[in-house]
Amino acid sequence: MHPLRATRLHALSGFQSVERLLDRVCGSRLNPLRQLGALGFLLFWMLAGSGIYLYAVLDSSAEGAYRSIDALSRQQWYLGGILRSLHRYAADAFIVVMLLHLLREGLLGRYSGFRRFSWLTGVPLLLLAFTSAIGGFWLNWDQLGQYSALATAELLDFLPVFASPLTRNFLDAAAVSDRLFSLFIFVHLGVPLLLLFGLWFHIQRLAHAVIFPPRPMAVGVTLALLALALAAPVLSHAPADMAVAPNSLALDWFLLFVHPLADVASPGWVWALLLATLALLFVLPVLPQAPVAPVAVVDPANCNGCRRCFDDCPYAAVTMVPHPIRSARQMAQVNADLCASCGICVGACPSSTPFRSAAELVTGIDMPAAPIGALRQRLTDGLAGLGAAPQKIVVFGCQHGADVTALAGPDVLPLDLICTAQMPPSFIEYALRDGAAGVLVTACLEGGCAYRLGQRWTAQRLQGTREPHLRTGVPGEQLATAWADCGDADTLRSALDALRARLVPIVTPQARTAVQAHG
Amino acid sequence: MAERQTTGVMTWIGQALLYGVFALIIGVFSSWPPYHYLEPGQALIKLSFNHQGKLVADCRDVSAEEQAKVQPTMRRTKICPRERSPITVELELDGATVLRTVAQPSGLSRDGASTTYHRMQVAAGTHQLVVRLKDDARSAGFDYQHQASVTLKPAQILVVDFNPSQGGITLQ
Repeated sequence: MHPLRATRLHALSGFQSVERLLDRVCGSRLNPLRQLGALGFLLFWMLAGSGIYLYAVLDSSAEGAYRSIDALSRQQWYLGGILRSLHRYAADAFIVVMLLHLLREGLLGRYSGFRRFSWLTGVPLLLLAFTSAIGGFWLNWDQLGQYSALATAELLDFLPVFASPLTRNFLDAAAVSDRLFSLFIFVHLGVPLLLLFGLWFHIQRLAHAVIFPPRPMAVGVTLALLALALAAPVLSHAPADMAVAPNSLALDWFLLFVHPLADVASPGWVWALLLATLALLFVLPVLPQAPVAPVAVVDPANCNGCRRCFDDCPYAAVTMVPHPIRSARQMAQVNADLCASCGICVGACPSSTPFRSAAELVTGIDMPAAPIGALRQRLTDGLAGLGAAPQKIVVFGCQHGADVTALAGPDVLPLDLICTAQMPPSFIEYALRDGAAGVLVTACLEGGCAYRLGQRWTAQRLQGTREPHLRTGVPGEQLATAWADCGDADTLRSALDALRARLVPIVTPQARTAVQAHG
Repeated sequence: MAERQTTGVMTWIGQALLYGVFALIIGVFSSWPPYHYLEPGQALIKLSFNHQGKLVADCRDVSAEEQAKVQPTMRRTKICPRERSPITVELELDGATVLRTVAQPSGLSRDGASTTYHRMQVAAGTHQLVVRLKDDARSAGFDYQHQASVTLKPAQILVVDFNPSQGGITLQ
């Protein structure tokens, strides 16, 4: 294995240990590490909301900026002061969440292939976020803002692009003009607008993008930051004075760490570090990757234009076009550049039902590497191969989640899929009619699906809230679900044992008679 | 049922703890540890100027023959080089040269202003400061010199600039 890949996987293992720990604490749905993108959006909305109020009360002149912001904290602590503190702490949290999001996606190797676009559009957002955040300190023209503005000017002056050094704008009080403050405002208001535009690009190729976390999480984060704003309100330093250098600064290390770094090393080193980091992040998607699986293929003869694959595709790879052979109908079309080869569209297709009488099951949209017809064949052959086992159990699972093949046994038929949502729910009924006593469906944990939406769609289809849904006639006691991530064999084994125990009275003839008589 | 309720309560407590720790981390590192930009007892001298040096060479008269070769509207009596002199600055503190820098003119034709910016920490107190500046490549030695005894308070910033309209080198 390539050393870089080995290092990445080693680091991923450590990260996932923390993730699993938080799964136990919060449950996977409310695990913040699984909702970092949505959390980032929440914090952005929080910043926008509090920022609008702060801008409304800001005196945008060099003379009045400090006074107007300082008055918020001292004379209007119950509203403006809290919003000011919330604004700062939300910015800190935004940076933390953004960096964790980058780290997680990077460790998971989600930077190439169909994810390349999201990765490449995400990297510049780092620069925009830091630029905007640092610019915010200048508007509050205190000693910290003075230090940050001057340090930024020194950093930019290292680049041979300015005719006159920017640092000359901060030589004396007379040099700090209202025009300069207009520039500050542009940086702190204009750049976030660019950031918002960039965020829109970033999620362009994601269908059903989550831009708001689950409500309990949103409430938890908001309350935590509000409590922090009340407990430790953000206050200004002394007013900026260009004749005096600030001595001791309560530096925001999340947002301003670059300034001390430039002081300790040099602006040149900071630029070198920044460029090297950006180069690495931009190069990752073009490094040689493992060959990708063939993308989904549409069969016009079996596509009736129902749009379910269009609705379910997590990456907006399916579009609807006029049907070539059925007038007034539409047909799905797959954009190969966007397709993740996850097979979720196959599970959505009504033509994927195994009950079709055709000898060869051909569906409307299928995965060339793992066609639905082959799955039906594997199911039929596998059940026949279990022979006369009294309690045959079929396990449908995901190649990215807990390993279902490890469950293989004399009475267990594991069938691994690209993604569990590749399987239409009718396969469960088909398995039960074909001799299985029970079916266990497993997928990644909620929020942990390798293809974003596979677990959610599977759960909704089984609950009957999403098409194609599981028919109500399927006995609930013969079906079990288990959401387990890769490596979580225990959860899977426990679910299997529980299902097996539940099946005992059903598969024992005497017990079945008793159950029927009771019913 | 009871077990599920216990799990639910534990989940709520777990989340409260998690968000509490998150807020604590944010709160702590958003203002701590304090950063000491300037050590106690230190002051700052900033040397900065934005000045166009003199022409790198003298203008010369255009001869009648040369004038005759060009269109009447294009004729001029003198030809001057575009390039400006680089600016050399030397800063001497208490008898020791602490900075000597040469700033090249900006622009592709080196006809723009020369700029420089340096900052240095010095101990607060009284210092003998000598600043010399040369902005003419044709002259020998420095064209400007400013000597002063300055008393700097802790954290005070002394700006050394150059402004011809104010007599050359300025201290503020």
